[in-house]
Amino acid sequence: MESTNIIKVKDLCKNFDDQSVLRGISVDIRKGDVLCIIGASGSGKSTFLRCLNLLEKPDSGSILFENEDLMSKNVNLDLHRQRMGMVFQQFNLFPHLTIMKNLTLAPMMLKHVPRDEAEAKALKLLERVGLADRAGDYPDQLSGGQKQRVAIVRALCMEPDVMLFDEPTSALDPEMVGEVLDVMKELAHEGMTMVVVTHEMNFAREVANRVIFLDEGVIAEEGSPAEIFDAPRSERLQSFLSKVL
Amino acid sequence: MLLFLKGNCMSWFERLRETFIVDGNYKLLFEGLGNTLLITLAALAIGVVIGAAIAVLKYYAEGNPKLRLVNWICDTYTTVIRGIPVTVLLLIFYFVIIVSDNDGIVTAIIAFGINSGAYMAELIRSGINAVDRGQMEAARSLGMSKWQAMRTIIFPQAVKNILPAIGNECIALLKETSVAGYVTVVDLTRAANLIRTNTGDAINPLVLLALIYLALVILMTKLLSILEKRLQKSGKH
Repeated sequence: MESTNIIKVKDLCKNFDDQSVLRGISVDIRKGDVLCIIGASGSGKSTFLRCLNLLEKPDSGSILFENEDLMSKNVNLDLHRQRMGMVFQQFNLFPHLTIMKNLTLAPMMLKHVPRDEAEAKALKLLERVGLADRAGDYPDQLSGGQKQRVAIVRALCMEPDVMLFDEPTSALDPEMVGEVLDVMKELAHEGMTMVVVTHEMNFAREVANRVIFLDEGVIAEEGSPAEIFDAPRSERLQSFLSKVL
Repeated sequence: MLLFLKGNCMSWFERLRETFIVDGNYKLLFEGLGNTLLITLAALAIGVVIGAAIAVLKYYAEGNPKLRLVNWICDTYTTVIRGIPVTVLLLIFYFVIIVSDNDGIVTAIIAFGINSGAYMAELIRSGINAVDRGQMEAARSLGMSKWQAMRTIIFPQAVKNILPAIGNECIALLKETSVAGYVTVVDLTRAANLIRTNTGDAINPLVLLALIYLALVILMTKLLSILEKRLQKSGKH
């Protein structure tokens, strides 16, 4: 069914200089999907994710987001990006703004939400990730795990239809990984559509409903977590799993 | 011995009175101070506006083949202006471009402003480039346009990065304006020099002149460090 597809990617290719990083990737992401993308570093998984909101410009192929082709010339990309939240490995909070300002800036500027409404919503979301008391602090006063939770809330404040996660726990100290994954799990249980590039195989196994294994710029294998983790078919996936599990 | 010292002191005070007070020469110094500050601040404002405009234009133009001409114009501006002594620029503006400016103040403001703009452009550009690439990406991923992200995310951080360098530029500009006398402006330096010729007293006007510049620079340094501290409080990075 076409209408339940939030994102429809077809034949996506991307080259950096002479090197082809993505070599024809097609995938449909349905509403409520939690899609985890795994693969060795350099397999193109982050590039693929960054292509979805065109932070990276693909060389060919098409990306339909809610039935609109993001790669066509006359599409208002900024408008579509408002509905695609993104969480980065390095958090990328705005260091010159308080946590509250980090959260309310985009909704107030782009969706013209009144300040009190934006702040009330931000505070409610902060409460859910256990950081309501830090609203007046600056990002540098927070730990890595706290920063990433704020970064997730920042994306949620725009009320996106999809959340993209680019290795959200890779830059964290091990003891802080759990608190971020917990927030993501909760999000998944609420039905948020999520695309997650991750090295956290347990998270992928537990939370994802679909897993894609990228290898050298192509989808080498895809399936349910059980199929991917318990019955890997290709040799590449088997050897990858044996290294990371 | 004491009497001798006392006598010397008396004659020094007498000399000061003659040099600065009797003919109302101190008024000249105040006029000069006013003009020096006016030229410095106005030129600074022009310099910041030009510098910011060029820095942002270059940020957009780089890697965009459609804006190659814009890029070239910006580069040429900074190269030409930085390659010409500001005194020469000042003379060209006064005697060739703006010939109708009698007291030279407007000319001086424009010349120093344009000169400062070239240095500011490079400064601000380095500040923008020093902001982490992820900041622009995060802003764009929220749906901000490039310009909105520049205005609210990149630029404030860039300014914070380069504040000490901008301070140096301010101080340099203040001192550079001492050549404004070339185009008949009665700035601080020209005022002191006029007093010297009027009274035949060289040491007192010139030492006082040096002290006034020194005081101004110390004051600017203090103000900047206060500003820096205040900005530092709002998060480091």
